Amino acid sequence: MSDLRELYQEVIFDHYRQPRNRGVLPHANHSAEGYNPLCGDRVTLYLIIEDGVVKDARFEGSGCAIATASASMMTEALKGRTEAQVRALFERFHEGVTTPPDVPLSVDPALGKLETLLGVREFPARIKCATLAWHTLLAALQDERGTVSTE
Amino acid sequence: MTPIESLTIPDAPTIARWRDDFPILRTRVHGKPLVYLDNGATTQKPTAVIEAERDYYMHANANVHRGVHWLSQRATRDYEGARARIASFLNAAEPEEIVFVRGTTEAINLVAQSDVRGRIKPGDEILISAMEHHSNIVPWQLVCEQTGAQLRVVPIDDSGTLDFEAYERMINARTRIVAVTHVSNALGTINPVERLIDIAHAHDVPVLLDGAQAVAHVPVDVRALDCDFYAFSGHKIYGPTGIGVLYAKANRLKAMPPWQGGGDMIRSVTFERTEYNDIPWKFEAGTPNIAGAIGLAVALDYVRAIGIEVIGRHEAQLLADATEAMRAVPRVRLIGTAQDKAAIVSFVHEDVHAHDVGTILDHCGVAVRAGHHCAMPVMQRFGVPATVRASFALYNTREDIDALVAAMRKVQEVFGR
Repeated sequence: MSDLRELYQEVIFDHYRQPRNRGVLPHANHSAEGYNPLCGDRVTLYLIIEDGVVKDARFEGSGCAIATASASMMTEALKGRTEAQVRALFERFHEGVTTPPDVPLSVDPALGKLETLLGVREFPARIKCATLAWHTLLAALQDERGTVSTE
Repeated sequence: MTPIESLTIPDAPTIARWRDDFPILRTRVHGKPLVYLDNGATTQKPTAVIEAERDYYMHANANVHRGVHWLSQRATRDYEGARARIASFLNAAEPEEIVFVRGTTEAINLVAQSDVRGRIKPGDEILISAMEHHSNIVPWQLVCEQTGAQLRVVPIDDSGTLDFEAYERMINARTRIVAVTHVSNALGTINPVERLIDIAHAHDVPVLLDGAQAVAHVPVDVRALDCDFYAFSGHKIYGPTGIGVLYAKANRLKAMPPWQGGGDMIRSVTFERTEYNDIPWKFEAGTPNIAGAIGLAVALDYVRAIGIEVIGRHEAQLLADATEAMRAVPRVRLIGTAQDKAAIVSFVHEDVHAHDVGTILDHCGVAVRAGHHCAMPVMQRFGVPATVRASFALYNTREDIDALVAAMRKVQEVFGR
């Protein structure tokens, strides 16, 4: 039986209680709103991408511990990465959280502390909490509206 | 509750016997005994219902209303017999007032499209309440889009009680239907449906009651209520999924055009003209859920044998105990504290999101609903993204409440470190 400690690791609590990069990002040139219709949780992601590199990332919205920690850690991980690197990170993370618990998983060291979120594998009902920010990220990368108004 | 009522609360051995009727309650979840507190989503099924479905497929399966052969006649007899028992359960005047549908949602859509859509004009109004389930909101929004009618919403107060004065003000000469829930799925509020119906009828407005959360918990007598439509789902009253009931007064059904066309709903068909069947079959196009209808009748027999008043008293005690116990849990706030409530305890934890609470409770074997309960406007009204909901049924016990409280201590332990 899966252990709650696998899901709720200390790093996750840390990011839940003190989310990094929370708030509106003025002058963001990419943004998207993510929505989980299952629970009604929403997250809005703001990115500044210059010369194909993520210069800054912030998020808004309230969710469960998993969704909040995932968004917080993700925004940390994005900064300084190229769009191609960001997409590769999405793929690694998504594969990590959606691999069934009975299938061996070789964790990519590139995930860093995002690895702590892979505990959701044991809790199928919670996988969408972990991936909400990441799907929002893909939408934000495709967002071509230019600078998002903060009004 | 009066002392006389408290004397007649069913005792522990009685509840234990009821529990024995539900084989799934012996399940262990994550190595712990299942504590099933998600009855608002669906109830468990007694052996009698499971056996009735099995027996139908073992011994009586045939299509209804069309066979000259023995099996078809038997299936027809059982299916129509189920309709008559359901009519009796609701105290309908005639079995013909019972239309079999998939569930409450389909029943409401049927009324919206067949009855209301045809007689509503731009600027006319549909009156619902702020505590409705999506299934009693969206069908009316569809009608409004189709016709230019307006959806108006009676507000609720901070306890989750309907603002009755606002209702009296809002109903008017343009109102074409009042559609309200009998019991709120997200808050537990029992609405004063008799008074709502009286006011509506004084304005010549028909009333639809969404009985999904009510029928298994409070007595429903459609003739005493004098409601025009009553909708409920079989699976929320210990019956099968995929079967539900629309009760409607016969004269209303007769005036309504068919909603879906097909077999069984016709008397004769030519390419020039089709003559429709009588009520209720006019509304039952296609082969119906025969086994489901039979199973539902058995479920209602089961409830009737125990007595809905007896169940109601047991659940009232559970509600009182659960409310007191949850109020004592630190950082927990109840959402839905109306005076008149069914056994639904919806709550939020000030520091822990409903989803996290739900996961930890599940880990302790306690099954609850965590989310918006298909009532997102209710969540918005109370300013919360989601709640945790413990909803009770006849087989729940004081021990189940203790397990819930113990699991809430686990939430505190996991999140408090």
